[in-house]
Amino acid sequence: MAKKIKLSEITDMFKGMDVEAFEGVTIEGDIEIDLGGLGGGFDPMLAAALGQESAILAQHFARLAGMFGYPVGIGAPAAAPAVSPALAAPKFKDLIPAKFDVANIEEWTTQIQEVPIGNTSADGGSRGKRVMLGGEKALPFYFDAPMPNRNQVTIDVFDMRLGLAKAVKENYDDVMDDPGEWAKKNVEKFNADMITIHLISTDPLIKDTSPKDAAKTVEEVLQAVDVPIAIGGSGNPQKDPLVLAKAAEVAEGERCLIASASLNLDYAAIAEAALKYDHDVLSWTQLDMNAQKELNRKLMKQCNVPRDRIIMDPTTAALGYGLDYAYTNMERIRLAALMGDDELTFPMSSGTTNAWGARESWMVSSPLGQDSDWGPREYRGPIWEIVTGLSLAIAGNDLFMMMHPTSVAVLKHITQTLFGTIEAEPIDIANWIGAEV
Amino acid sequence: MKINSPLEAYKYLPQTNCGECGEPTCMAFASKLIDRSEKTADCPPLVKEKKYAKKLAELDRLLAPEIRQITIGVGERAANIGGDDVLYRHRLTFFNKTKMFFDVSDTMEEAALIERVKKIADFKKFYVGRNLLLDGVAIKAASNDPAKFAAAVKKVAEIGLPMIFCSYNPEVLKAGLEVAKDKNPLLYAANQDNWKEVGELALEYKVPVVISVINDLDALKSLAKTFAEAGIKDIVLDPGTCPTGTGLKDTFTNFLKIRRAGIMGDGDIAYPIMALPVTAWMAGISDPVSASYWETVMASVFTIKYGDIMILHSLEPYATLPLVHLAETIYTDPRTPVSVDGGMYKVGEPDKDSPVFFTTNFALTYYTVESDISANGIVCWLLAVDTDGIGVEAAVAGGQLTAAKVKDAFDKAGFDLKKDVNHNTVIVPGLAARLQGDLEDTLGANVKVGPMDSGRIPGWIEKNWPPK
Ligand code: B12
Ligand code: SF4
Repeated sequence: MAKKIKLSEITDMFKGMDVEAFEGVTIEGDIEIDLGGLGGGFDPMLAAALGQESAILAQHFARLAGMFGYPVGIGAPAAAPAVSPALAAPKFKDLIPAKFDVANIEEWTTQIQEVPIGNTSADGGSRGKRVMLGGEKALPFYFDAPMPNRNQVTIDVFDMRLGLAKAVKENYDDVMDDPGEWAKKNVEKFNADMITIHLISTDPLIKDTSPKDAAKTVEEVLQAVDVPIAIGGSGNPQKDPLVLAKAAEVAEGERCLIASASLNLDYAAIAEAALKYDHDVLSWTQLDMNAQKELNRKLMKQCNVPRDRIIMDPTTAALGYGLDYAYTNMERIRLAALMGDDELTFPMSSGTTNAWGARESWMVSSPLGQDSDWGPREYRGPIWEIVTGLSLAIAGNDLFMMMHPTSVAVLKHITQTLFGTIEAEPIDIANWIGAEV
Repeated sequence: MKINSPLEAYKYLPQTNCGECGEPTCMAFASKLIDRSEKTADCPPLVKEKKYAKKLAELDRLLAPEIRQITIGVGERAANIGGDDVLYRHRLTFFNKTKMFFDVSDTMEEAALIERVKKIADFKKFYVGRNLLLDGVAIKAASNDPAKFAAAVKKVAEIGLPMIFCSYNPEVLKAGLEVAKDKNPLLYAANQDNWKEVGELALEYKVPVVISVINDLDALKSLAKTFAEAGIKDIVLDPGTCPTGTGLKDTFTNFLKIRRAGIMGDGDIAYPIMALPVTAWMAGISDPVSASYWETVMASVFTIKYGDIMILHSLEPYATLPLVHLAETIYTDPRTPVSVDGGMYKVGEPDKDSPVFFTTNFALTYYTVESDISANGIVCWLLAVDTDGIGVEAAVAGGQLTAAKVKDAFDKAGFDLKKDVNHNTVIVPGLAARLQGDLEDTLGANVKVGPMDSGRIPGWIEKNWPPK
């Protein structure tokens, strides 16, 4: 016969003993348990009858009872089990089964606009391929909905030799006087999905190159490579509209990305040129979601730019220099878009190269004596660009304007891994503790 | 948190508006509880008076973060992890930066072991007025020998950083616990084979414990639930970190799912999550720089998406510098820009001939300027104008940095340009050049425009100081 015992008796029994496990445990009601039934492990029937917690408690008691020599069940051993003392008195019997479940986000109702860049011969252009941005229905790489288009990287070309961080310059020194060769190298050697040609020499404070000369450079680049291209001005708000309009004209029909329309220049002129000659518009604002809405609205309503020709650049601040703002700005823009704010449902682009402005990416060593050694800068720069870009990829950015070849390669590898297209041999990670590193 | 309006918290407060908490009213205090800038312990009556005990307990329960907060280690470098209430930082803020633990092995030579641990302990990167640090040491029982492991633990424990004990062998973990009883290490790990024994250890030594189940969230939850029911509260979840390919994508998905479920109220799995970017070194990447890069990349992904603690290998500066900055980036409080107090600061021991500069109180701006000046041995007065923590250019654009504000800052600091210095001159940031005329009028002083970047101040001073 199994011994029957009441829970209250057990509590009393242990009162005088130093058993911490019972501190703070109060038993409500007085349940009678058949200790005999507990010998063989967790009893689901008992659990059902008592409720999970009391059942565990009861088991607990039973084990302790056994340990203290209280006869439990039929022929239960009175002696303590022969395990090392600390591992004695196992408090666990069986796993409590559980099912993991999590819902998709219901509020993500709206798809991001798909925007193509580049026209192939089928579209009336001469590009060898077109890249497609956007189309997401969830945050990037999330399981809620598959991401339709992978991230793309466009590598910078400048229309003149300029000062660059040493680690970057090394890669381009031989082509810096020839934008066409530079573009070719980016595509053939560094695997660029696109090229950005920056017409910085047009700046009145730099060389004040004419819009016509700038347009020639654009033609050169279009001849040199057949990937889609982005065309950027010098950032001078008076001159950019003129330069970009001329560039748009010579690139007619190629569906380039014209960078950029912003609130502090004649965005209407840029939009008009883009529409007239079949291009996309980069809508650039500075870390301000409301300004981004305003500019997008103006482009759509006032300038009649169709939705499938707008890409946003909400500004990239480098790691350590405002990335917290840039990250959250993008994440908020993307979340608002997914939840239906149709002034923000556009793909995003990042001037990831800004990472090279961070001291940590280019300075030889720390200017501060108390810092730990910063190590070789040729390895710091690329990873600074990667981490800046990767953070924004996770926030929702689609297109990356980058510079260092290593940064491009690694950013592509990780974003495509999260996108799901990189296959790899499965690795047995269970034995990482013993693995050689 | 189970409540989200001050009104709901107010119900549990004494409602006497006694002011002891430093807030004018209980309602004001209630709103601080909701934004988590104050704790119930900051209301003395609530804590001291017996009659409020029940309310206090209930309020603490309601205010407890969705994701459990856990402490690893002891003393001033103890590491807190978890404690989050939101999925996106802008919805409140994330609490408790991702903690970076670096691996050592019990098979290392003693000298090498100590050197590595010291390197971890001594790492420092100055950033906006404080040092970014590395957090702890993960000791791997590669030997699987209890005595060897205990010896390594003993050495590491002396340095004082929080520790993770890494072994699936309960005997080994126990040996480590015996020599570091009061150090509150994190046990790695209980898995589907050893969970009973490791669970016992966590209970007996009252230490936090990792539950590790690779790629099986049902089983992970089941173990977590079993541990919780047995009275283990300090649990960390390791759903496995695969370093490459679709395995890594699955890991990412697991992290997202666990955290979403936890924040949405599934208490059985609402624990901090551990990532193991160290597995990058198992991916067969041949050169060490590439392997280190990949480890950093993995660590970045999981710093952003919900990794609360991680084990890493590379101590190269190109690995540690971006990581400490990224954790800082994701975990700074977006509700308030990091700022310094407005006021007059001395760089060195300035006198009546020393130059007077001003800048803003945005921490990044202030410390950049301050360190550029002091590192070059320039002795001066440096006024931090309170611009609500906005940098120079944005503050000029946004109206927080005006001539009136600058004058106000001088007045508040009790600094008189006509008496406290001989030259009656102030140097403004190049990016605030447009304030020059206004400033001359309001201050009645000479106003000189400095360089755009404070890094050029030394060269500028050489040419322009003392003023002619
Ligand atoms: C981060 C940022 C923000 C953050 C500000 C965060 C903060 N706490 O400051 C947020 C998102 C809030 C923001 C908002 C705005 N911003 Co903003 N922002 C930037 C950004 C990306 C970086 C600024 C920064 O932090 N720099 C780093 C710090 C350390 O620089 P700093 O304070 O200027 O200090 C340096 C120098 O001034 C100098 N220095 C400082 N003190 C002293 C003292 C002396 C004596 C000397 C000699 C030198 C010196 O040395 C320092 C180190 O180099 C810049 C663009 C860019 N990449 O520069 C735009 C930028 C500053 N913003 C701009 C604008 C217009 C705004 C807004 C008005 C609207 C908008 N479009 O977003 C608002 C205004 C907000 C407000 N004032 O309330 C413009 C300003 C344009 C202009 N010149 O008028 C910029 C340049 C962007 C642009 N190209 O349009 N912004
Ligand atoms: S100390 Fe407590 S009781 Fe007094 S005002 Fe503050 S919240 Fe109210």
